[in-house]
Amino acid sequence: MPNATIIALIPLLPLAGFLLLGLFGRKIFKNSSGLIGTALLLTSTILALYTAYEYFFVYGKVDGVYQQFIPLKLTWLEFSPGLSIDMGMAVDSISVMMLVVVTFISLMVHIYSLGYMKGEERFPTYYAFLGLFTFSMLGLVLSCNIFQIYIFWELVGVSSFLLIGFYYDKPSAVAASKKAFIVTRFADLGFLIGILILSNSSGTLDFNTMIATLTSPDSDAVKTATASSFLGASALTWGAALVFIGGAGKSAMFPLHIWLPDAMEGPTPVSALIHAATMVVAGVYLVARLFPVFAITVPAVLEIVGWVGAVSAIIAAIIACTQTDIKRVLAYSTMSQIGYMMFALGVSKYGGEGGLGYTASMFHLFTHAMFKALLFLGAGAVIHYVHSNDMNDMGGLRKYLPVTHITFLIACLAIAGVPPFAGFFSKEEILLAAYQNNMAIYWIALITSGLTAFYMFRLYFSIFWNKQPEVHGDKHGEGGFVMMLPLVLLAVGAAAAGFIPFGEFVSTDGKALESHFHLRFSVAPVALGLAGILTALWLYKKQNEKPVRLASSLGGLYKAAYHKFYIDEIYLFITRKVLFNLIGKPAAWFDRNVVDGLINLTGNTTQAVSEGIKKIQSGKVQQYAIYFLSGVIILAVLFIYVWR
Amino acid sequence: MMEPGLYHILFISAALFFIGVYGFLTRRNLITMLMSIELILNSVNLNFIAFNKYLWPGKLDGLFFTLFIIAIAAAEAAVAIAIIINLYRSHQSIDVENAEDLKY
Repeated sequence: MPNATIIALIPLLPLAGFLLLGLFGRKIFKNSSGLIGTALLLTSTILALYTAYEYFFVYGKVDGVYQQFIPLKLTWLEFSPGLSIDMGMAVDSISVMMLVVVTFISLMVHIYSLGYMKGEERFPTYYAFLGLFTFSMLGLVLSCNIFQIYIFWELVGVSSFLLIGFYYDKPSAVAASKKAFIVTRFADLGFLIGILILSNSSGTLDFNTMIATLTSPDSDAVKTATASSFLGASALTWGAALVFIGGAGKSAMFPLHIWLPDAMEGPTPVSALIHAATMVVAGVYLVARLFPVFAITVPAVLEIVGWVGAVSAIIAAIIACTQTDIKRVLAYSTMSQIGYMMFALGVSKYGGEGGLGYTASMFHLFTHAMFKALLFLGAGAVIHYVHSNDMNDMGGLRKYLPVTHITFLIACLAIAGVPPFAGFFSKEEILLAAYQNNMAIYWIALITSGLTAFYMFRLYFSIFWNKQPEVHGDKHGEGGFVMMLPLVLLAVGAAAAGFIPFGEFVSTDGKALESHFHLRFSVAPVALGLAGILTALWLYKKQNEKPVRLASSLGGLYKAAYHKFYIDEIYLFITRKVLFNLIGKPAAWFDRNVVDGLINLTGNTTQAVSEGIKKIQSGKVQQYAIYFLSGVIILAVLFIYVWR
Repeated sequence: MMEPGLYHILFISAALFFIGVYGFLTRRNLITMLMSIELILNSVNLNFIAFNKYLWPGKLDGLFFTLFIIAIAAAEAAVAIAIIINLYRSHQSIDVENAEDLKY
C-alpha cells in the first residue's frame, strides 16, 4: 500500500517553500531563497521518484493490473451523503507519472533559475511563486474529487497569472497575464458548469464513483441524463463537452489558444515549466482522468476532442513556421504538440488494444515535457546571451554556446521525431493510434509532423548557424554550471525517455499494453521529418534570399500565418465590436439610466419632500402653538361632528 | 338678581381661554406669554369648578383637580421664569423672536 505521508509531503513541501519565502523571503532569506526552494523541491522529487518506483514495481500491480489507491481522503465539505467535496490523493499510473514529470521539470527550472534569475530584485518572490505553482500542479494531479481538481485548477491559473506578470512594470507582461487569466477563466466557466451537470447526473463529485456510475449504461443516472436533452444533445454530452472546454482553455486548444503565445512575456524558465511542460497539459490530464466517461458514455464528445486536437496541431504548426520571436515559435510548437496529445485521446477507445491512443497520449505528454522544457531552457540561455527574443538578432551562436547548441539540437531531433530520440517513439504510437481509428486525423498528423521538423530546424539553424554573429560586448558565456546542469539532464531525458516501455505502465484499464513497433509504418513520418529538416537546412543554413522569396511567393498564406490567421483580430472584433456594442453598451445604458435613475429618483424625492417640510420647524414658538392649536381644533371638530 | 348658571360660567371660561390663546399667539414678550398661559390654565380651573358644582354637586373631584392645577401652574411659572432669566442672560432680551436660534 502507498505511504500516505510520503505522498502528501510531495505537494506540501513546495507549499511550505511558498509560505516560507512568501512571508519571510524578502527580509530574512534574501539571498538564500533560491537554495531553500530548490532544496525543498529536490526532496519532493526524490520522494516522487521513490513513490513511482514503489508504485510501478512493488505494490501497484495486482494480478497484472495497475490499481488505483486512495491513501488519504478527507471530507472537506459534505452536502449530502455521497455528495461531498473531498481533499484526497488518488495514486494511479497517470497521477504517479505526472508526479514525476512535474517535480522533475520543476526541479530543473528551480536549478536553472538560480542562474537565470540571479540579481533579480524580486528573486524570493519568484521562488515563492514557483513553489505555489508546483504545489497546485501536484495537488491537481493527485486530486480524487472533481471539485478538488477544480480548486487546484484555479490555483495553477493564479500562479500562472502571477508568473506571466512577474515583470509587472512591463505593460506587455501585464496585458499578457490578464489575457491568460481571462481566457482560461472563461473556459473554466464551462468546466464548472460541466462539473455541475456531471455531478448532477451521477449524484457524486468523487471521480471513481462518478466514473462507475456514468459508465454503466443500465444505471438510472445514465438513463435519466441521456433522456433529458438540450439543443439536440443529451445532458451528459453537454456536461462532458463543457468539461472539455475547460481543459481546452487550459491546454491552449484552438480557438482558446490565444493566451499562450502572449504568456511568453513571463520569465523564460517559467515558460518552460508552466507553459510547456506542466500546466498546459492539465487539460489533457483532465480528459485522461475522465477518459472512461468520454470513451464509453459520450463517444461523440471524444470525437470533438480528437478534431479540436488535430485542428490545433496543424494550425499551430503552420503559424510556428512564420514567427520570428523564438519563444513564440516554441509556444505554437507547444500548442501543436498538445494538439497531438488531445487527438491521441480522441482516437482512443477504452480497454485493451483500442486504448493505444490513451497510452500514446500519456507517453507523448511525458516525452514532450522533457524536450520542450529543454527547448525553452535552451532558448532562455540564448536569450540570456543575446538579450533579444528575435531570431533576426541571432545567428552563428554555435561557437559561443556549445552546450546549449548540442542540447538544443537533441531536443530538436526529439521533437522532429527522428529515431532514436524520445519524440520518435511517442509520436509513432500516436500516429499508429490515429491510423487505426481515423484516417483523416492521421493525414493531418502526418503533415503536422513534417511541419514540426521544418519549423524546429528553421529555429535551430537561425539561432546557431545562418549569418555570422555580431561580436557581443559582454562575453558572459552560457551562464555557468547551474544553467548547464538542467540542460544536460533534460537532454539525457529527451534522448532516452523513448526507450521506456510505456505501454506496460500506463493504459486505459491498467493492463499492460504491448508496444507495437512496425518498421514499415514509421517510414512515412520519419521521411517527412527528414524532408522538413532538409528544407530548413537548405533555406536557413546560410544567410540568403531564399526564405524571403519563398515567403513572397506564398503571398496570402504566408501573410495570414504570420498574422496568426487573424484569430486575435477576430476575438477583438467579437469582443470590442459585437459584444461591446450589442450587449455591453445597452447594458451600460440600462444601468446608467434605469437602475441608477430609480435610485436617484428615490433620493431626489426624499430630498424635495424634506426641503418642503423643513420650513415647519422654524424655531418660532408661537408658530408651533398655532400648529398645535389647529390640530386640537381639527380633532375637536372631528370628535364632535364626525366620530360621535 | 339672577343666579349665574353653568352657561354663564362656561362663557366666561371660554372667553378667558381664547383671550389667553390670543395673547400667547400674538405677544412677543415671554413674560406676557407666560401670563397668557396662566389665563388658559385658569379657564380650565373655572371649567372644573363649574362642572363639579352643577353636574356632581356632592363630589369633590373637580375641586381637587383644580388644586392640583394651581400647584402645577405655580411650579410651571417658577420653571418658566428661570428659563426666561437664563434666556435674558444669554440673549440680553426676552423677546420670543430672539429665541428662534434655540432650534439648533
